Amino acid sequence: MENQKQHQAAYMRRSLLDQGYLDEQFIHLEELQDDANPNFVEEVVKLFYTDSARFIRNIELALENGPCDFARLDNLMYQFKGSSSSIGATRVKRQCSQFQEYCNAKNIEGCKNTFQGVKQEYATLKTKLEAYFQVSLSLIRYIGNYSKD
Amino acid sequence: MGMAATESKFHVLAVDDSVIDRKLIERLLKTSACQVTTVDSGSKALEFLGLQEHDKNHTNQPCVSLDNHQEAQINLIITDYCMPGMTGYDLLKKIKESSSLRNIPVVIMSSENVPSRINRCLEEGAEEFFLKPVRLSDVNKLRPHMMKTKCKSQLQEEPEIIVTEENQGSIEIAYVVPSEVPLTGPDTVQQEQQQKSQGNSNINKRKAMEENLSQDRTRPRYSSLTTAV
Repeated sequence: MENQKQHQAAYMRRSLLDQGYLDEQFIHLEELQDDANPNFVEEVVKLFYTDSARFIRNIELALENGPCDFARLDNLMYQFKGSSSSIGATRVKRQCSQFQEYCNAKNIEGCKNTFQGVKQEYATLKTKLEAYFQVSLSLIRYIGNYSKD
Repeated sequence: MGMAATESKFHVLAVDDSVIDRKLIERLLKTSACQVTTVDSGSKALEFLGLQEHDKNHTNQPCVSLDNHQEAQINLIITDYCMPGMTGYDLLKKIKESSSLRNIPVVIMSSENVPSRINRCLEEGAEEFFLKPVRLSDVNKLRPHMMKTKCKSQLQEEPEIIVTEENQGSIEIAYVVPSEVPLTGPDTVQQEQQQKSQGNSNINKRKAMEENLSQDRTRPRYSSLTTAV
């Protein structure tokens, strides 16, 4: 049972990396996890969710009410990109960069379109991460029960 | 856990407005056996450090309290560059302008690779400039800078940071897990990373060195400490 979960978790991680949803930064986070801090990655990712929800809401508001404050939009996206980068969320990060380019060009339509992309990538990543944690966390807890020999 | 007591650990002040990055840097530093205080702004950092200015008006000792508690001594400040209000650069300048704080090594972090920014910070006195996301290999570079705040003659030279299970600061782990133990996934990677090119003999040797150090570190750096009220 444990073996199967191991393989499943490894497979899911591998495919998240191969498909570019996550990069090696995520692996580095997992490496920082240990018996004393078994929920580190989960906690970081939860912070990412709350941060992201806040950024998305604020960017949405800034895009709707308008005349467009490009400086503010750029700043919000800069922060969102930073969070994404810290957990290794490559695709989200790339969309954020693209948004910033449209900001610099003061292209509001470009911003709005790219923002849809940002939200989509974020939503997809969240779904995949939740599925991944379902497997990997149950595995960590399993190991935690049996590792002390 | 018999090893280095809390008061002999290096104490780092980490400044970042991002909650994720604060969590990250805290974990990295704790993995590197440091005591960590995190704040979310430059002004809060100065507030934290500013306690020292009132208590130690004319000394170079960067201590938070009057008591001779080693854990109150800040051995390094690591700060994000881009922050609302006071930037990391502004904070760096203020620290270097302060007679009581200027000897604390400062490291800047940024997600943007801007050479002119990097140069500016280094010229202002920053010891290092790390690009985010910060990694364990970056944090391992901090130790030589922190050693400067301790008396050099009292400490042996530490050639390399070897992050082992023992110095992760976790109380539960009192042994180094050998590589034959069937850990899986992230744990295995972590074990392999930590053990890298070292054998058990190096770990024991390092442990002996650390125990030696912990005694030395409890001695104050400056003899003027007792008179500086």
